Amino acid sequence: MNRNTKINALLLLVVAALAVLPLALGLGDHKEEPFTGADGEAETAITEIEPDYKPWFSPLYEPPSGEIESALFSLQAALGAGVLAYYFGIHRGRRQGEERARAQLDAAGKTAPDTVTRAASAGGEGSPEDAGQSTTGRV
Amino acid sequence: MSPVSQETGQGASTIHEVLERVCGAMHIAEGFLPPAHAIAWSVASAPFVVHGVRSLTREVREHPESTLLLGASGAFTFVLSALKLPSVTGSCSHPTGTGLGAILFRPPIMAVLGTITLLFQALLLAHGGLTTLGANVFSMAIVGPWAGYAVYRLLRRFGVPLMVTVFFGAFVADLSTYCVTSVQLALAFPDPSSGFLGALGKFGSIFAVTQLPLAVSEGLLTVLVMRLLVQSSKGELTRLGVLLSGKQNRTETETEVVAR
Repeated sequence: MNRNTKINALLLLVVAALAVLPLALGLGDHKEEPFTGADGEAETAITEIEPDYKPWFSPLYEPPSGEIESALFSLQAALGAGVLAYYFGIHRGRRQGEERARAQLDAAGKTAPDTVTRAASAGGEGSPEDAGQSTTGRV
Repeated sequence: MSPVSQETGQGASTIHEVLERVCGAMHIAEGFLPPAHAIAWSVASAPFVVHGVRSLTREVREHPESTLLLGASGAFTFVLSALKLPSVTGSCSHPTGTGLGAILFRPPIMAVLGTITLLFQALLLAHGGLTTLGANVFSMAIVGPWAGYAVYRLLRRFGVPLMVTVFFGAFVADLSTYCVTSVQLALAFPDPSSGFLGALGKFGSIFAVTQLPLAVSEGLLTVLVMRLLVQSSKGELTRLGVLLSGKQNRTETETEVVAR
């Protein structure tokens, strides 16, 4: 693990800790039903203020159960994660391709200097200096 | 929690059910804002979204290569707003993920990406809603990105390191979204005795305190993605003015930003 990867792992660890600590420390224990939404207090706040409010429009579609709802939420997260992974994957692949092309050229000597530019442009936007870091680009 | 005694009846959701949705999603639930408020917020949001669609099409036309990164920014919002995380107050909320796109592509484009996310949640998940879309767009897709972007630009001007500015940009984008939500609810439901400010205090203390650690998480995750982007897409970040290569470029991007 190089320094870059370590920092990235540390960032993830802190985020995970921020999510787990409230659970581990039992910060929801004072509630009847902990970790629902911020609704415990918000509910009292709103019903105190306006107990008779009636929603005047209901959702066109409502997930029939909590399970379906969580499935749709996972779908949302999965879609997002898929696109993100595609993005970083394609860029990593490009850089590796560039690197390989450059290595081949180095091996072949400087007989065909114009292929360098061709390989570089085929590799997309990567510049020579970030090719050296390609192994650090873990998603 | 104990069920609410007030019966609103008539097959409509009870206020209890509505609140579950309001607070679970942290967006204002369907039908929850009085019609006048719903219309006013929609009218306020519409020009921003229209302007955003224009900026977005211009960006895609002039720089087709940025489509992929645009998709990634939208995807980041999708992931983060699906992540309901526990917080110190013993309740749950979710981040917004709008800071990243605002920093990369400027807030108008984020207004569009945020609106898409909110529409997805309103139509499929019954979170947020169509009648409250305007208000939710205003908080999450307009004020959040602009506030985060402003902080990001300000800190950059003072030469603060990139990742620190990204953290605070995302942090402020997240937190300001929920501050606006509190204001919107307080405007719609002013406290009978202490009025708007009293209600704002109530909603604010509930939402903002819950959101604080989540805003930190969002800041850290945005920094993580930005670090990965710096490793993988230097060229694009330089073009977008996030990465500066040398003094010459710096003044160039700054005048460009001012000119825009």
